[in-house]
Amino acid sequence: MKHIKFFLVGVLFGIVMSKAEIISWYRIYEMFKFQSFHMYGIIGSAVFLGMFSMFFFRKKIIKTFEGNDIHIAPKKKGMYRNLLGGILFGLGWVLAGACPGPMFVLVGKGIVSILVVIFGATFGAFLYGVFKDKLPH
Amino acid sequence: MEIITQPWPWYIAGPVIALIMFLLFYFGEHFGVSSNLETFCSIGGAGKFTNYFKIDWKQNIWNLIFIAGAIVGGFISAQWLSSTDSIALNPQTVQDLADIGIQNAGASYLPDKIFSIETMLSFKGFLVLLIAGIMVGFGARWAGGCTSGHAIVGLSNLEIPSLISVIGFFIGGLLMTWFILPLIF
Repeated sequence: MKHIKFFLVGVLFGIVMSKAEIISWYRIYEMFKFQSFHMYGIIGSAVFLGMFSMFFFRKKIIKTFEGNDIHIAPKKKGMYRNLLGGILFGLGWVLAGACPGPMFVLVGKGIVSILVVIFGATFGAFLYGVFKDKLPH
Repeated sequence: MEIITQPWPWYIAGPVIALIMFLLFYFGEHFGVSSNLETFCSIGGAGKFTNYFKIDWKQNIWNLIFIAGAIVGGFISAQWLSSTDSIALNPQTVQDLADIGIQNAGASYLPDKIFSIETMLSFKGFLVLLIAGIMVGFGARWAGGCTSGHAIVGLSNLEIPSLISVIGFFIGGLLMTWFILPLIF
């Protein structure tokens, strides 16, 4: 039962992804054509407000509901990893019209074919794990 | 109710996403969807192939429950909270898509040309969906995060690796949008 809060936050996530049309393939295409402010406004305002959260977490002004310090795990450094991985992700993001979160929301919307994309994404993660040591990071 | 059933503007969606990130950290976890893909691999026995997947996936159950919630949220939204399934795209976007062979852009959330059952069951259609997914999954794990972990959390936390990744997302996204998509359809 202690996990029900994550379920409820997930429901809110699914609703906002769907209602703000972030799960629409077209909105992603439109963003990369620079023909709408919509997606930039969403990401920009989320990051702007998120900076305040992160500041309060880092300064330990806000702790978890159990009173523990909030640690934000630093991202892994590495030019190749971040740039090349990022480019590959970007290519897939536009073709699929969905990043990992929206893929699951689309399942709830009843889009059967997104299951192929999710299978592909899982297989992609598997391939990364297998070839990880041969890749530049 | 009408305010809810209409499409939500960016200035509602952005703050709600910031709230979701806040809640996940406040509940002692973090915000990152693509790590679930690795959890799937671990559950499916990928640890037999490489130690990378030999993790105690039970500590990630909260994140699986989060995406289960996202699926339910998508269902609730489609069933009860939406008055229309069409997307009010920029008319120029609709025209540009028609020019590369995707007609009626914005009539629904997704183009039939990519997501209809008939397309999925065709060889090329299946391959496009599968390869798109592989690029997302492989790329996200190589970069160490996707839109949630890098673009939202990482940029909020002023992380240089995330800035590099987001620049990568954009290079890849622009290449696909402007140069590769017109060749596919």
